[in-house]
Amino acid sequence: MEILVCVKKVPDPAENEIAVRRDGSDIDRDDLVYSVNEWDNYAVEEAIQLVEEHGGSVTVVSVGDEESDEIIRRELAMGADAGKLLDDEAFHYSDGRGVAAILAHAARQAQYDLILTGAQAEDAAAQVGGMLAAMLDLPYASLVVRVEVKEGDKLEIAREIDGGNLEINEIDLPCALSIQTGINEPRYVGIRGIRKTASVEVPVLGAAELGLDPGTVGRAGAKVRKLDYFVPELGQGAEILQGSREEIADQLIARLRGRGVIQ
Amino acid sequence: MLNKIDNALVPPAGTAILGMPMAYVYLLITCAGICLFAYILHKRLRPLLLAAPDPRLDRIGERIGKVARIWLGQWRQPRYLLAGIIHIFIFAGFIILGLRSLQLILMGFWQGASLPGLDGSTGAAYNLVKDYAATWVFVACIIAAVRRGVFRPARYQVPPSLGKDHLGEALLVLGLICALVVSESLFEASLQNAAARSGAAVSASPLTLLWAGRLILGGLGMPTLQAVNSLSYFSHEVVFFFFLCFLPLGKHFHVLTSLFNVFFMRLDRGKVKPVRNGVAEDQLDDLPEFGVSKLEDFTWKHILDFYTCADCGRCSDRCPANRVNRPLSPRFLTIKARDHVCAQYPLWGKTAGAEQELVGGIYSDDELWSCTTCGACEQECPLGIEYIDKIVDLRRGLVDLGRVPQSLQKPLGALEKRGNPWGKSQRNRADWAKALAEEFAVTIAGPKQPVETLYFVGSVSSYDERMQRIAQATARVLRHVGVKFGVLGKAENDGGHEVRRFGEESLFLALRDANTEAILNSGASRIVTADPHDYNALKNDYRGIPPVMHLSQLLSQELERGGLALEQGPYADKTVVYHDPCYLGRHNGLYDEPRRVIDAIPGIRRVEMEGNCRDRSFCCGGGGLALFYEPEEEQRIGVVRVSMAKQSGAQVIVTACPFCLANIEDALKIAGLDQKIEVIDLMELVEQHLPVARRAAAGG
Amino acid sequence: MAPQVFVYVAHRGGQAADPALELLSAARVLSPNGPVIAVAAGHGAGLDQVCRDMAGRCLEVWKLSNEALAYPNAEAIRKCVTGVLPSGAVLLLAHDTLGMDLGPGLSIKLDSPFVSDVVAMDPPQDGVLKLVREEYGGQVSTHLSCDISGGAVLSIRSGAFPASEETAVGEVRDKSPDIGDLSCGRRFIKIVGAEAGDVDITKEEILVSVGRGIEDEDNIEIAEDLAKALGGVVSCSRPIVDAKWLEKPRQVGTSGKTVKPKVYLALGISGSFQHLGGLKGNPFIVAVNKNPKAPIFQVADVGVVDDLLEFVPLLTEIIDNH
Repeated sequence: MEILVCVKKVPDPAENEIAVRRDGSDIDRDDLVYSVNEWDNYAVEEAIQLVEEHGGSVTVVSVGDEESDEIIRRELAMGADAGKLLDDEAFHYSDGRGVAAILAHAARQAQYDLILTGAQAEDAAAQVGGMLAAMLDLPYASLVVRVEVKEGDKLEIAREIDGGNLEINEIDLPCALSIQTGINEPRYVGIRGIRKTASVEVPVLGAAELGLDPGTVGRAGAKVRKLDYFVPELGQGAEILQGSREEIADQLIARLRGRGVIQ
Repeated sequence: MLNKIDNALVPPAGTAILGMPMAYVYLLITCAGICLFAYILHKRLRPLLLAAPDPRLDRIGERIGKVARIWLGQWRQPRYLLAGIIHIFIFAGFIILGLRSLQLILMGFWQGASLPGLDGSTGAAYNLVKDYAATWVFVACIIAAVRRGVFRPARYQVPPSLGKDHLGEALLVLGLICALVVSESLFEASLQNAAARSGAAVSASPLTLLWAGRLILGGLGMPTLQAVNSLSYFSHEVVFFFFLCFLPLGKHFHVLTSLFNVFFMRLDRGKVKPVRNGVAEDQLDDLPEFGVSKLEDFTWKHILDFYTCADCGRCSDRCPANRVNRPLSPRFLTIKARDHVCAQYPLWGKTAGAEQELVGGIYSDDELWSCTTCGACEQECPLGIEYIDKIVDLRRGLVDLGRVPQSLQKPLGALEKRGNPWGKSQRNRADWAKALAEEFAVTIAGPKQPVETLYFVGSVSSYDERMQRIAQATARVLRHVGVKFGVLGKAENDGGHEVRRFGEESLFLALRDANTEAILNSGASRIVTADPHDYNALKNDYRGIPPVMHLSQLLSQELERGGLALEQGPYADKTVVYHDPCYLGRHNGLYDEPRRVIDAIPGIRRVEMEGNCRDRSFCCGGGGLALFYEPEEEQRIGVVRVSMAKQSGAQVIVTACPFCLANIEDALKIAGLDQKIEVIDLMELVEQHLPVARRAAAGG
Repeated sequence: MAPQVFVYVAHRGGQAADPALELLSAARVLSPNGPVIAVAAGHGAGLDQVCRDMAGRCLEVWKLSNEALAYPNAEAIRKCVTGVLPSGAVLLLAHDTLGMDLGPGLSIKLDSPFVSDVVAMDPPQDGVLKLVREEYGGQVSTHLSCDISGGAVLSIRSGAFPASEETAVGEVRDKSPDIGDLSCGRRFIKIVGAEAGDVDITKEEILVSVGRGIEDEDNIEIAEDLAKALGGVVSCSRPIVDAKWLEKPRQVGTSGKTVKPKVYLALGISGSFQHLGGLKGNPFIVAVNKNPKAPIFQVADVGVVDDLLEFVPLLTEIIDNH
């Protein structure tokens, strides 16, 4: 199976406290540490496992900047076979559709049986996978938590829907899927693994190499624009109980009694 | 006595059975036995030659010392008293009787034969000793057999999933040993009785097997004596060569290998072997693989360890992971490996060839991640078998393949990016010092502000709210004794101690190099730390940095030179017990310093966890990355430890390691003992008994 | 000129899903006076009922009935809707698992911009819409502008808009004949229900819910003790299930269970939208969290800023002593 996985470099969610810059133009990126988007990482692991079982290769692609090279290398160290970085000044400030268009051009450069993205990234837009599929006219399913290859060029997949239920579908190859966390247990990649990829070439492709009209992406092509970042005025919110720990506990118990809890 | 015997009996080689001269038979037995033995040894040697290198011929003097103390002196045996004493007797007997057995081979052919040097009065003295030796070996074997067969001590049990019980082999060998000494005694008894009949003056030492033998054979005629003589000799030779060839096939190989295993045993504690001996750090990138994933990746010493295990179970008996039923049992780590070696390199037939993976094959991933590297197993083993290096090597293999538990991947990633396992901002690493701002400013050391003494704080004391109090107490105490110190602040990274021991060598090297640079930039000529894991890392894993001391050592020194006087305080009249942290005590031998400091506080009563203190201290559950790993266990290791503390009657547990503090605090809550027993760090205890503190508390 | 606004109504078992009325309110922001058309796709009596119900809320309801739509297969729905909607239409969807499946691809086929998970919007001006979204798990918000002059697809966060109270006497138009071939590369097979656990949190009135702040599997006992003292049951947020400390049936959230308790104690839960999305009705929410800036304090009724590992055992003790 030839699999293409789209990955994104995002601020590491672990302990980053996200704050807005004073001028509201962006979040404060001073102390941020970046890593591959967690959902995308699950997707890469899934791709690698599929290829381990069924043969083929995994290509990782990212729309980003030169720091995204490290992200791509991390996925190569994990076991992906090739990587491509899609970077061009014309790509900056693309909206979701712009990113999908860039990826679509990259996807058309080869024959892929399966295209994977993470279900969402830090902006929770959850859109690139579906857009990419539609641009390439591939059948699509989102929030996938299980993939099984069936004979005759089909997959059986499970989607995570409300209430913890699973929706089982059959989908034809080639297709695109967006992957939900928890689908597998991604393997560890350490510094040594990444150093071993040092000699692997990760080509950088711009608009020209992708045959893409710059006017359709980037700021020029964006119909959705980010105006600013802000932290909304905190409404009244909860009544924070005051006092010593015991006093607070007593107050809370009084409130609960008032609601009919605790006789 | 026998050396000057008359030809009362025909030597066994001179007899004939059914017309067949026994000389040929004994020649055959001897030659066949030696050849078979040599063949078996050769087969057993083969995997050692294919294994990874391990330089162990350095520091010969120390090695001889180890052999004298641990092998010859059986120094570790009495730690399990009954078994230890039984073994010491059997061991001593073997040493003494070994010569006898060699002598007997010759005596089969020539009456009165003896080994060079063992004639005359030396010979007589030797014979006296050997007769008692044979007797006590016999008695010891009977006691051992009863103990194993009837009383069945728990540590010999074999869980059903791991195969059959080993009792059969144990009883067989005890039986063979008894057969050896009995047959040897009957051989000599018959000889002495025959000689006596011929008028020679021979006497047997009283209450020996020989003496008993002579009684049993008393009154028998010469032909019978001759028959007994020949038969007992025949039995002895057959059993002897059978036993010799049997030894390398099971746990009694240790009889032959123990001397070598102890000679080659590790000389230093607290260190971890390099990724591959003989490969320098700057060549590591060229290695195709790290760690151990197949048998031949182990070093030859490791494989020798597998051969040498006597299956005594002492390691597993003291192992904290095993105690709470995690999947790890050090004993079986070794036994399974030994069986694997024998299966891969069988005595007959071709080498198995098909590589059975080690992890995923004989070992499970969780089995290897369960180890806290406390070192109790290595401390206990009477044969010098090593465990930590093997587990680290196996973990290195897993890390290389990416097989790291999810619960450890996040902290490892955080360590890589932010220098601490919680992923907190490096900018805030010295924020713990802000609480001291009103008292004094903590110097951030660097090229522009060099300091003489560097206080290496460590990740947990820098970021964990509770442990920050240890850092604060340490700073106050250092100031009180007049030490001008500084900290690295945000230039400090995690020491990397557990990173290395969990197999992520590359990340460890990165942390080490970053820290080394920061330390050298600080201008410090010495380093102090309150964290035994950082202490061990800085002392044993790092190179080219100033010497490092644990705070307990520094305080102990100050007490001696009068630089520190402690006053009675809030813990007067409390009974305290000191818990030895693994990396301060067992791995670095610092048992007395913390105790001296506690004892210097007036009014405190200190007790010990008898049988579980000092080098028998029971791990709290592990530090560093061990805090993040989610093991399968029946209870928390720390809970076992606090019940030991409870038994000691203490109201307060004092420890000198932030991880011990964290684990024990949690354990007290889980065990419901947190209202009855308190845990406190040594530095906090000292801080509360400083003269200044008393004045401040009194409102001065 | 006001955009032509359509609202996609998801439904099950003959009932429109809860967000439908909220979508109508959102649609009103886009088109304060113009007509809002509800679109429902499916098959059979259930679909008919839903269309009738929606006709009591908006003036026009488009019914799209086809066997291929018996189960809401996003691929088929996309084909269907694309064939039927006029160009320049603005379509609102709920941001749920169907919305995530359907929205992005639909926007491409309609050649319109797409914005997901909208939490607020201003009326459009000159074909440009100003919207609010959240990022980074709700830690920050952004203002966006979207050019809707050529149409748009917007998915709306559940609960962001109030349920519409408008009534109407509307007409159901059967657009089914306009539906072309709906065969697609994905076919629905079945639903596999979530494992039934030993407890059904959706039926409980008092829930003591734990999040990452519980720190350790062994600490869950603290929550269990409190639940016992209050006569309730322990539930949790997603990270607890991912770590396998509690089973999936205990998870409250959009990918877990939807609960309607009377009292909800959120212990060490930050208050991410996905978690709160599973909390319906109007429970009395008590939040205990060491971080005073945790988003949960925005939605809770009463808050305690404290370490739950210290506070909760004390609370349980006092309750037990009474």
